[in-house]
Amino acid sequence: MLEDLSQYILDIAENSAKAKAKKVLIELAVDNRNKSIVLRVSDDGWGMDEEFLRKVEDPFTTTRKERKVGLGIPFLKQAALACEGFFDIKSKKGEGTVIEAGFRKDHIDCPPLGDVAATIATLIMGWPECRWIFRYSVDGNSFILDLDDLLDHLGDRELLKSPKVVLWIKDYIQENIDLLNQKKGGEDIA
Amino acid sequence: MPKIKNLDDLRKIREESKDLTSARSGGKKKIIVGMGTCGIAAGAREVLTAILTELDKRGIKDVAVETTGCIGMCQYEPLVDIIRPGEPRVTYGNMKPEDVSRIIAEHMINGNIVWEKVIGRTD
Ligand SMILES: Nc1ncnc2c1ncn2[C@@H]1O[C@H](COP(=O)(O)OP(=O)(O)O)[C@@H](O)[C@H]1O
Ligand code: FES
Ligand SMILES: [Mg+2]
Repeated sequence: MLEDLSQYILDIAENSAKAKAKKVLIELAVDNRNKSIVLRVSDDGWGMDEEFLRKVEDPFTTTRKERKVGLGIPFLKQAALACEGFFDIKSKKGEGTVIEAGFRKDHIDCPPLGDVAATIATLIMGWPECRWIFRYSVDGNSFILDLDDLLDHLGDRELLKSPKVVLWIKDYIQENIDLLNQKKGGEDIA
Repeated sequence: MPKIKNLDDLRKIREESKDLTSARSGGKKKIIVGMGTCGIAAGAREVLTAILTELDKRGIKDVAVETTGCIGMCQYEPLVDIIRPGEPRVTYGNMKPEDVSRIIAEHMINGNIVWEKVIGRTD
């Protein structure tokens, strides 16, 4: 098991990049009324066929050669179910994949959010060719980061490899997450 | 909290640092951080952030930083590879953010391998 949601996001979104996705949407929605956190990762990568999909939630499925078991998806599913949440995966060969995991915020086993900003910055640095879109919402207010917008300002995709730029992106996301978390009278809602 | 950063900062960074892209000329000095499931669990992302921070702080621009997936060495994660042109590729294991500055200073810059953290070498 991983430590927090940001680690699951990094691991799950890496699958999307490896599946040659051109665009990956990562949505993280915190809802304080329903006491829920929902994570959705959608990609347009090469997808999985039905037979593979049935097996993929089981830790002995992987197409990697280095290790015989795939852990990422089973870990996320286990983490979601451990706090009475839900897990869902949809995929179509040649079209893409959508993975959704819900968590009960008030459950003792609900993982903390962790450093989501570092996760998104790491994904952008690791896979700069992919159009990463990240949406973080708290009770309906949201922040969206679209790598295409960043590139409009940055001009050169190669600059996404510069430590200065990656660290800037991380801090920028963190500031916006903090803003949304603080919106409700300063109480820590996420 | 007032908003400090906005996207226009990126234009400024671009203007100020025409030489930032020197890493692209690439194939030269390289740092690779393992970011598979085990690496993530062991703190690889924090090690990566420490590497970026150190390079930025020292103004080092000729080192390309990359991530890679699982290489089947769970027990040694986080793994960091240092590549210097013409020298064997060195893999450091069980890396912590606090090990980063030493490995960058001694190995990446000065070419001296930090043996106590090495777990592998490929020529
Ligand atoms: N978004 C995705 N698109 C296509 N294939 C995927 C995706 N996510 C997972 N897979 C497939 O499922 C396998 C298992 O994934 P995972 O549980 O994360 O383990 P691992 O990535 O370590 O193999 C992957 O090796 C890959 O073949
Ligand atoms: S993720 Fe554990 S050995 Fe690769
Ligand atoms: Mg994976």
